[in-house]
Amino acid sequence: MTTLTLYDAVGAALTEEMRRDQTVIAFGEGIATKRHDLVQEFGALRVRNTPLAEGIIAGTAVGAAGTGLRPVIDLLFAPFMCYAMDEIVNSAGKLRFMSGGQFSFPLVTLAQTGAGWGVGAQHNHNVEAWFVHSPGLKVVMPSNPADAKGLLKAAIRDDNPVMFFLDIGLLYVPGEVPAGDVVVPLGKAAVARAGADVSLVSYGKTVLHCLQAAEALAGQGISAEVIDLRSLKPLDEAAILASVTKTGRLVVVHEASKLCGVGAEIAALVAEQAFTALKAPIVRLGGPDAPVASSYPLEQAFVPQADAIAAAAVRLCGRQRV
Amino acid sequence: MATHTTDPRKLLEQMLLVRAYEEAIVAGSQAGKVPGTCTSVGQEAAAVGVVNALAPEDLILTNHRSSGHLLARGADPGRMLAEVMGRSGGYCGGHSGSLHISVKELGVVLTSTIVGAELSLAPGVALSQKMLGRPGIVACFFGDGAACEGSFHESINLAALWNLPVLYICENNHWQAFVHRREAMCKDHVSDWAASYGIPAKTVDGNDVGTVLVAAQAAAAQVRDSGRPYLLETYTYRTRGHFEPDDQAYVDPAEREPWLARDPIKLCREWLIADGQLSAAQAEALADKVATRIAAAQAFADDSPFPSTDALTRYVYA
Repeated sequence: MTTLTLYDAVGAALTEEMRRDQTVIAFGEGIATKRHDLVQEFGALRVRNTPLAEGIIAGTAVGAAGTGLRPVIDLLFAPFMCYAMDEIVNSAGKLRFMSGGQFSFPLVTLAQTGAGWGVGAQHNHNVEAWFVHSPGLKVVMPSNPADAKGLLKAAIRDDNPVMFFLDIGLLYVPGEVPAGDVVVPLGKAAVARAGADVSLVSYGKTVLHCLQAAEALAGQGISAEVIDLRSLKPLDEAAILASVTKTGRLVVVHEASKLCGVGAEIAALVAEQAFTALKAPIVRLGGPDAPVASSYPLEQAFVPQADAIAAAAVRLCGRQRV
Repeated sequence: MATHTTDPRKLLEQMLLVRAYEEAIVAGSQAGKVPGTCTSVGQEAAAVGVVNALAPEDLILTNHRSSGHLLARGADPGRMLAEVMGRSGGYCGGHSGSLHISVKELGVVLTSTIVGAELSLAPGVALSQKMLGRPGIVACFFGDGAACEGSFHESINLAALWNLPVLYICENNHWQAFVHRREAMCKDHVSDWAASYGIPAKTVDGNDVGTVLVAAQAAAAQVRDSGRPYLLETYTYRTRGHFEPDDQAYVDPAEREPWLARDPIKLCREWLIADGQLSAAQAEALADKVATRIAAAQAFADDSPFPSTDALTRYVYA
C-alpha cells in the first residue's frame, strides 16, 4: 500500500502501462510538461505536448489506435471535448462498426471536470452522460486514487475507446493505493459500504458524499448501502439490481445535471427490472439544468451534498409499502 | 492485394472501371435498387493517377467519393456494390454503405464521410507507421470542401510539426456539396495554404491522368524520403451532382461544359490513340471488358444476401 493523490495515481498507471507495452503513447495539452517524469523515462516520442487543438488531438489518437498504437490523450477539461466530438463520437465510436469490425480503437481520453476550483461552466461541466449515449465508447469516472490507477490500467488495456473522467475535487486528495499491477476491471461497481435499508448509487466525488450521508444515517438507525459505479458504460446493472433488491429503496446521486443524466438510466433500469422489490419511489439527486457558476457557494450548491442525500434516504425509509 | 501500374492503357482501363461502376450505381439508384450516393464522375484521373503512384505498403484514407481510390487500389467492384446495396457480401458487411467503405487488406483504412474527418485521422495513422517502424507513407484524399474545415489546418500543422509522412491530396472539384467553391473559399487553390506550414505543395491538372501520376510519384517520393508532409492539389471538376439524384439545376453550364469537353477518360483515350499506343478497336475492347466486369459485379451484389438482424449490434465493441 502506498499513499497517492488521484493525479499521481494516474501518473503511476501511465508509467506502469508504458513500461509494460511499447505501443502505449501519451500526448495532449501540456502532458509532457506536467508529467515530465514520463518524458524522462519513455522519451519525447512517446510522450508529447500538442497544440491546444482538441479535434486533432483526438483525431490523431483515433488514427493511431486504429493502426496499432494505444494512445492516451489529455484534453484537460471536459467541456473542451466539444471541439473533439466528431473525432470521439463519429470516428472512435463508429468506425469499428461501420467498417464491419475491421478496426478497433484502443484509446483513452483523459479529461477533468467537477466542482472544486471555481473554474466556471466552460471548464466544469460533467458531460459523461453524452458519451454513455454514444455507441462504441466506454465511460469511466473513479471516486478514489486506487480505482483511478486500477481503472486506468484496465482502460489502457481495453480494445475500445474509453472516456476517462477525473473529478477536479478529488485530484489532489490522497488515498491508499495498492502497490503493483492491480487492475480494476471496467464495468464492475464497488460496494463502498454495505447496508440493508437504502441503496445510495453514485460515482465520482458524490460517492464520498454518499459515504458521509451513510455515516449520518447510521446514527439514525438507517443502514445505507453505497454503490460506487466506477464505470458508467459498461454499467454494472447486476450490482445495482442486487443492492436495490436487498434494500428496496434507491437514491441515485451525481454531480452532472439530473435531466437525462446517468441517474435517469439507473432509475429506469430499476423500474423495469426490480419494480416489485421497491418499497418506495426512486429518488434522483443531481445538478440543476444550468451551467455551473464559478462562485464557490454556487459551485458547491450545484453538487448534491451529504445532508440532502441523508434527508432523501430518511424520507424514503419513512414511507410504507404502497 | 493492393495493385499499381504505370501503363497508360491500364490507367485508362481503371478509369473506365470507375466510371462504369459509378454509372451502375446511378442506374441502380434511378431504378430504386440502390440507395442514393455520392459519385466522383469527372474526377477519375485524379484518383487513378495518385493511387497508382503509391506503393503497396502505403496506407490510404479516403472519404465519401472513394470509388476511384478503392477500385484503383484493386478493390473488387462486386464487394463494393454489395456494400452499397447493404448486402452481407460487402466489404463492411453492409454496415457502411457507399459512403464509408474501408478495406484493411488493401491498406484503405478508416474511411470517414464526415467532411474533414479523414484529415483529422491521417496524422495518427502516420504516427503509427513511424513509431511502429512500418515503411509505408499515408495518402489522405479530401476535397476543397474539407480544406475549409478547421481539421485541414490542424492536421497539416501537426503533421508538419511532428514530421509525419502524410501525402495530402486535395481533389479540388469546385463543389462543396451544393455550394460552389467560390462562395465558400477565399482562394482558387488549396495548395497556396501549404506555405503557411512550411511544407511543399503543387497544383496539377487533375483531368490528365499522366500528369497526375507523374506529380504524385514525385510527391510520394518526397514524403518517403523526407518523412514529412506534402500537399498535392489535383484541379478537377465533379460533373455529376453532390448526391444522387441531383438535377444540377444550380450549375452554370458555361462552367461545366468546358470541363465535360476535358473529360479525363476522353482525354486519355484520345491521347493513347493519337500516340499510337491504342487502336480504336482496342479502346472498344477495353470498354467491353469493363462492362463485363461490372455486370458480373452487379450479379454478385444482387445474389449477396442481406445481413441478418443479429448484425444490428455486431462490431460495436471490440
